[in-house]
Amino acid sequence: MRPILMKGHERPLTFLKYNREGDLLFSCAKDHNPTVWFADNGERLGTYRGHNGAVWCCDISRDSSLLITGSADQTAKLWTVKTGTQLYTFNFDSPTRSVDFAVGDKLAVITTDPFMGLPSAIHVKRIARDPNDQTGESVLLIKGPQGRINRAVWGPLNKTIISAGEDAVVRIWDAETGKLLKESDKESGHKKTVTSLAKSIDGSHFITGSLDKSAKLWDIRTLTLLKTYVTERPVNAVAMSPLLDHVVLGGGQDASAVTTTDHRAGKFEAKFYDKILQEEIGGVKGHFGPINALAFNPDGKSFASGGEDGYVRLHHFDPDYFNIKI
Amino acid sequence: MGMEVATQPSKLRWGELDEDDAEDLDFLLPPKQVIGPDENGIKKVIEYKFNEKGEKVKITTTTRIRKLANARLSKRAVERRSWPKFGDAVHEDVGARLTMVSTEEIVLERPRAPGSKQEETKTPGDSLSQLNKGAVLMVCRTCGKKGDHWTSRCPYKDLAQPSEGFVDKPPSEAAPAGPGGATKGAYVPPSMRGGPETRGTEMRRRNEENSVRVTNLSEDTREPDLLELFRPFGPVSRVYVAVDQKTGISRGFGFVNFVNREDAERAINKLNGYGYDNLILRVEWAAPRSN
Repeated sequence: MRPILMKGHERPLTFLKYNREGDLLFSCAKDHNPTVWFADNGERLGTYRGHNGAVWCCDISRDSSLLITGSADQTAKLWTVKTGTQLYTFNFDSPTRSVDFAVGDKLAVITTDPFMGLPSAIHVKRIARDPNDQTGESVLLIKGPQGRINRAVWGPLNKTIISAGEDAVVRIWDAETGKLLKESDKESGHKKTVTSLAKSIDGSHFITGSLDKSAKLWDIRTLTLLKTYVTERPVNAVAMSPLLDHVVLGGGQDASAVTTTDHRAGKFEAKFYDKILQEEIGGVKGHFGPINALAFNPDGKSFASGGEDGYVRLHHFDPDYFNIKI
Repeated sequence: MGMEVATQPSKLRWGELDEDDAEDLDFLLPPKQVIGPDENGIKKVIEYKFNEKGEKVKITTTTRIRKLANARLSKRAVERRSWPKFGDAVHEDVGARLTMVSTEEIVLERPRAPGSKQEETKTPGDSLSQLNKGAVLMVCRTCGKKGDHWTSRCPYKDLAQPSEGFVDKPPSEAAPAGPGGATKGAYVPPSMRGGPETRGTEMRRRNEENSVRVTNLSEDTREPDLLELFRPFGPVSRVYVAVDQKTGISRGFGFVNFVNREDAERAINKLNGYGYDNLILRVEWAAPRSN
């Protein structure tokens, strides 16, 4: 395959997300402008101007009309996808790290970093149907985990919130009361910071990637560890194919150490693993720095990777990818 | 994709026109021209604009349009397709080139050849693991002892006979003097060095030498086809087909790098003279790059 290279960002990529139909690809980077691209040919549709810091995360409503972004400028913003106009700004006292719309797009979970003595927190905000009625009040505020929370997503039926971060523990919270329901086992769980978390297409399980050079597959209700994928470098990004039983891990050595070695030694490939057999299928090379973000097109026929090198690489699979046998 | 900027001598006398109006002179330019896409999917866009000096510049943008997949799009996705650009994308001109198609064919690199068993994966690492052992490499050039110490640490180095007067000889002759250790003290480029050191470079070169040249390929043959053809012989680390930059047509030759030399040899024996796409392939070792 010949990937499409998209050089719209001047700084390292942080997050990638497709809309539900898979025709738009949203990219966030450490420069201040989240960008939307056509996912088929990589043409830039627009940028969302207004943030004043690195943008860490984004999410798109099911009907692709609303975009939420979380940024290091201590805000999360709501945007009109079509025109790039700002609808609302949630202000916080610390940088926002992760955002996620609930099923139905009526709620959003936003996490904030520990900052200036403040602990990290998980906020649940109500998203008004009419942006004029939008308020900044939190429906729920969860505090407790030590260190940064890198990702928080909604569980099945919006009943739970799953969070993971620097303390390497995956937690399930009650989305109504904010009570801690489950915690991943210290023995079997991750040993280092969890960097990324991605749900399967049906929402029955999720995968976490960690700096302990492994990725783990968990049941979303019981938090039982299903599978472990071991690799030889820290995992910065994970994605699951919606079509085949494949998981993709992206990573590479720490960005600060990259210049010390040859790029081949950095192992900046996106590694494909068989979800069930936990065996490596192959690697896709190309980035000149660690991969920070990965996303699978909802049709499973293409995937995008975003790297520390500032490039988004959009890969449309060759036909022979679909009948790979181990 | 290529961009060619041609400055044309302007017939108008620019000095007579008000400089500030330079941007409003666009009506003087020939209209934008779009040629193609032709049967090869090559589309040409010819545009004219003024540069800072007020000179007329012709910009020819040649793009090749390829159909990637016949995706089934939803109604709303089709509608989104015609959305107007916004944000920074509004001012995007032809020269921006934010989106490019990789010139390099990227393959999903399998950790081992499909169908082969796990134990086969050991072989490619063999030459390397041997290198890492050190024992083979660590040969003292002074006393010739293996695996005990490096030349510079040799306890006998003071006892070694002084270099046999290579002051008189030109350095090219002195350099390969080799294992005797006569070259002590003078710089000798690694490529000229004799003795155990060459083992290392040889190893390295040999890995590059597992390159097989394939000629007399048909024009339709692309990297994936070549990979498909050569993969059964063993793990392949690189496939390359020379393609004409302008026309996108294969130039009829390519290279395949194997991880193992034996696999490459088998491939050569099997595929040299093999009929592929109505042509008889010529498969041979790629000649080492001349320095």
